[in-house]
Amino acid sequence: MATPTLEKTGSAAQASPYITVTFRVRRFNPEVSAEATWQDFQVEIDPKERVLDGLHKIKWDLDGSLTFRRSCAHGICGSDAMRINGKNRLACKTLIKDINPEKPITVEPIKGLTVLKDLVVDMEPFFQAYRDVMPFLITKGNEPTRERLQSAEDRERFDDTTKCILCAACTSSCPVFWNDGQYFGPAAIVNAHRFIFDSRDEAGEQRLEILNDKDGVWRCRTTFNCTDACPRGIEVTKAIQEVKRALITRRF
Amino acid sequence: MSAETTPAVSDNDISLYDVDNPAPVIEAPRKRTKKTPKATRTNFEMYGWLFMRLSGIVLVVLVLGHLLIQLVLDGGVSKIGFAFVAGRWASPFWQAWDLIMLWLAMLHGANGLRTVINDYAERDNTRFWLKMLLYTATVFTVLLGTLVIFTFDPNIR
Ligand code: HEM
Ligand code: SF4
Ligand code: FES
Repeated sequence: MATPTLEKTGSAAQASPYITVTFRVRRFNPEVSAEATWQDFQVEIDPKERVLDGLHKIKWDLDGSLTFRRSCAHGICGSDAMRINGKNRLACKTLIKDINPEKPITVEPIKGLTVLKDLVVDMEPFFQAYRDVMPFLITKGNEPTRERLQSAEDRERFDDTTKCILCAACTSSCPVFWNDGQYFGPAAIVNAHRFIFDSRDEAGEQRLEILNDKDGVWRCRTTFNCTDACPRGIEVTKAIQEVKRALITRRF
Repeated sequence: MSAETTPAVSDNDISLYDVDNPAPVIEAPRKRTKKTPKATRTNFEMYGWLFMRLSGIVLVVLVLGHLLIQLVLDGGVSKIGFAFVAGRWASPFWQAWDLIMLWLAMLHGANGLRTVINDYAERDNTRFWLKMLLYTATVFTVLLGTLVIFTFDPNIR
């Protein structure tokens, strides 16, 4: 089944950039078995290609039943966060050469969310936490006739957290979230931060109150897994601490 | 998906599951839904978090000082006996030191374990009873310790 379908002529082999990489993929198909198993695939691939390209080769040439999400393939849509060699990353932003192709590359679904099939997880609890922090602009009074202006410094205040693509790499790397899905998780806090510190928004107090509750920011244990995981380079842990500080300084 | 989706790992025996009868998925622990969690609107967790940091700072002095006096200085652990304890508790300063250390360490440790229970106990019932056990043990130890510090009698026989 793991027969390479790529035809190669002997003479071209020397100049070819292709190497053989083993992809060790965590497979789960409830229509076949209740057990998840590891399956190895040998793939001929250029090390400058990405893990997502490897998964495509498997799906298109070796085993059409391999199931995973991807859309943009360029680090924008946030569909393909997965656990690659034990770390949460986007398959479309992870180059083969950067993760030691000598050894098998393990690919698993992200943790803490229900696995539905192969690498596809149920994102609903994740998006529920996102919705629960009200991630939209809330204002009072009349609609202005032109843009809501903001100084460059005011914009800078929450610049980092505007970059989130809701991939769930951070939340599914958090040990508190693995054990208790009631915790809001880093991604929801990042997206609350984006509005709490926006000078144009007027519901910061309300969002702070939501995150002050028992499953909010106080459950964060500062493990920094989220900052390490974020494919957008957002300083997630720092954003969470800024929300904590806002909660404390608003009372004392 | 194409019809050619033969299972990746085909066991030789007949599978229990098929398209109309899929295997149960493994649910994530304590999943968030539209209805959970319920809002409590108190500052309890914030004060708990602050207390851990503030008591931690004080405990560094109290606990390290305690360990130094008990185990290192003046002949180390072998000097500890009834007379040594009686001698120290004759001074209100050491009484106060030990009382504050008892309360802070117990409340700090109890709140820390509460965090651990919140993290690891999955079912609501388990959480409730583990916390009841924790609170009972904490109250018992704090009260007993306080009683001993205040009623200690060096002339007891
Ligand atoms: C020596 C000075 C101490 C300092 C500076 C300190 C500091 C801290 C801090 C800041 C936390 C919160 C960690 C977090 O939220 O992630 C914590 C947790 C904890 N502390 Fe202490 N502590 C000290 C002594 C003690 C003592 C004497 C005990 C036992 C009675 C204790 C038991 C715990 C427990 C059980 C936790 C929870 C563990 C966890 O959150 O994973 N600590 N400590
Ligand atoms: S903060 Fe980063 S890791 Fe978390 S969901 Fe947003 S983009 Fe993904
Ligand atoms: S496929 Fe869109 S982020 Fe990777």
